[in-house]
Formats: sequence, structure tokens, C-alpha cells
Amino acid sequence: MSHMAPDAGWLGGLAPPSMPGDPSGPVFREPWEAQAFALAVALHRAGHFTWPEWVAVISAEIRRAQAEGDPDLGSTYYRHWLAALEKIVVAKSLADDVDLRLRRLECAAHPPGKHNHPARREPIRVG
Amino acid sequence: MPDTHEDLDTREDDVALRVRAIESLLIEKGLVQPAALAAIVETYETKIGPHNGAQVVARAWTDPAFKARLLSNATGAIAELGFSGVQGEDMVVVENTPTVHNMVVCTLCSCYPWPTLGLPPNWYKSAPYRARVVIDPRGVLSEFGVDLPPEKEVRVWDSNAELRYLVLPERPAGTEGMDAAALAALVTRDAMIGTGVAAAAGAGGAP
Repeated sequence: MSHMAPDAGWLGGLAPPSMPGDPSGPVFREPWEAQAFALAVALHRAGHFTWPEWVAVISAEIRRAQAEGDPDLGSTYYRHWLAALEKIVVAKSLADDVDLRLRRLECAAHPPGKHNHPARREPIRVG
Repeated sequence: MPDTHEDLDTREDDVALRVRAIESLLIEKGLVQPAALAAIVETYETKIGPHNGAQVVARAWTDPAFKARLLSNATGAIAELGFSGVQGEDMVVVENTPTVHNMVVCTLCSCYPWPTLGLPPNWYKSAPYRARVVIDPRGVLSEFGVDLPPEKEVRVWDSNAELRYLVLPERPAGTEGMDAAALAALVTRDAMIGTGVAAAAGAGGAP
């Protein structure tokens, strides 16, 4: 791969000094990354799968994504994590694939916050 | 049409939607509990990080008996300090010496010792690091600002799902009078991955 040529300055924007907010490592860039992370850890802790089983699934997801053109620079890591979570949950019969798809449709139809909650620009209680 | 939060709704993209769907399904089935999920996130965001590993290193620098246990049974020695759990079950500590420099990668994905280092930095998870550290470790080290003398041997260790490596960096010169707490401040995350070295006395390490 050309981007791994020894003289390519391969780390480029990836090097630690140019990673704002990452002085010590554990950073979730968006809430969904943390949620997906916690789901896999919680299921593992509850004994639904071993860690080697998890690693086999996520590393297969990473290889699949790379084969489909993902440069795999770390920024897409939690996308792979989520895809692996969906796969292992179905593989371990913790949830049905159809139920998962239906739940996505339901969630899409009921986005968070979409509950006809009017903005109130005055105190709703003064006392 | 009342004034709603609708403008926020449209920003939820596909991945967030998918996480919300699988989370709500697993909660409904009783397979995960919301409080447990929140506790996991909070722990990994605030409590677990390289400051844990730095305590292990500083103890090894100041306590020869602990260091011997750390090098012979790392999992047990690290657990003495209270750091254990997922991705910390089978730890191996490799010691840097004047003649050997160790560095760690997970060539397959991102296996990493969470209890001692927290979650891995972005570059550790990236394909270029995973591939290049095996092909040209000295070049990678140079990119991280570490230039080793040619006579120093470099060993690259591959963490996987069964075992994870932690580097015991060399204790910096001029730190003879420092206690473990002061020494821990010199131990950076990268020093324990092997892409860095411990900071010099008087300099700060990782938080």
C-alpha cells in the first residue's frame, strides 16, 4: 500500500501531538460511540460471549471494511465496533435480525426529542 | 405547528440510530441494564486511563520485589494495585533495558490493556500503525520522536484477545531521589506502548 511507504511520513495527522483532546487515550468522539462500546462490554461481562469471540467478529468487520475501501485510519473504528455488535447479537441469538431491523424503523419514526414539546420562553413555575 | 425540537432530530445520523435501536431492544429483553451501561461509560471516560499503568511502572521502579512479580506474573502483580477486568486478564510486561527497546501493536485490530492504559488512541487502531510497526519499527519510533541507537535491539510484540503487552520503560536518569508518586508523573501512555520513553526528570508525563 502506497500510504505505508517508509518515507511517506505515514503518521501525518495521526500522530499524538495533532490529536486534540486525546492526551491520555480514552476519548469517545460522539455519544453513540460510548453507547456501542458499553453495550459490547456489558454483554461480555454478562457472559454472552467471550472476549476472543468478540475480537474474531470485530477483526473480521475491520477486514471487510478495508476490503470495501475503508482506509481504516482509526476514525471509523466504532463503526466497525457497531457492525460487530449487531452481528454477534444475532449470531448468539440475543436478538433476531428482523426484530433489530423493525426496531430501527421504529426508532427512525420516533427520533429522540420529537415529542411535540413546545418551547416555553417563560418560567413554567414561579414560587 | 408548535415550536418543537425537530431541527435537532434531523441530525441523528444512521449510526446513532442503529445504536439506539440495538440498545433499546437489548434493554427491553433484559440483557443489559441502563445503569450498568452508564457505569461502564463513566468508568472508561474518567477512571481508567494511563495514570493506572503509570502507577504500576513507578512501583516497579521503586520496589524490586514488585518488579520481579510484575515480570513473572504481570496479571497478578497489576491486580495487587487494583487494576483488572476486561482486556486485562492476561497481561505480559516486557522490560526496556539499555540494550532492548520493546513496542506493542495489535496487528489484527486494537487489542490493548484497558485496565492499565484505558482505551487505545486513534493511531493505535489505524491500519498504517498496525502494518508499519512490523515492517519498519525504527521508522515508526522516529515519527514519534524516539531515535534509538542502531545497536539497541527493537522487539515488537503483538497483543491479541488472549494476552496484552505493557512496556516497562527505563527509569530516566536523575530520578534517584524521587518517590513513586513523582515518578508516575513521568510515565507517559506512549512510553508504556513503546512508542515513547519516560519523560526526563523535571518534565511532565501523561496526566
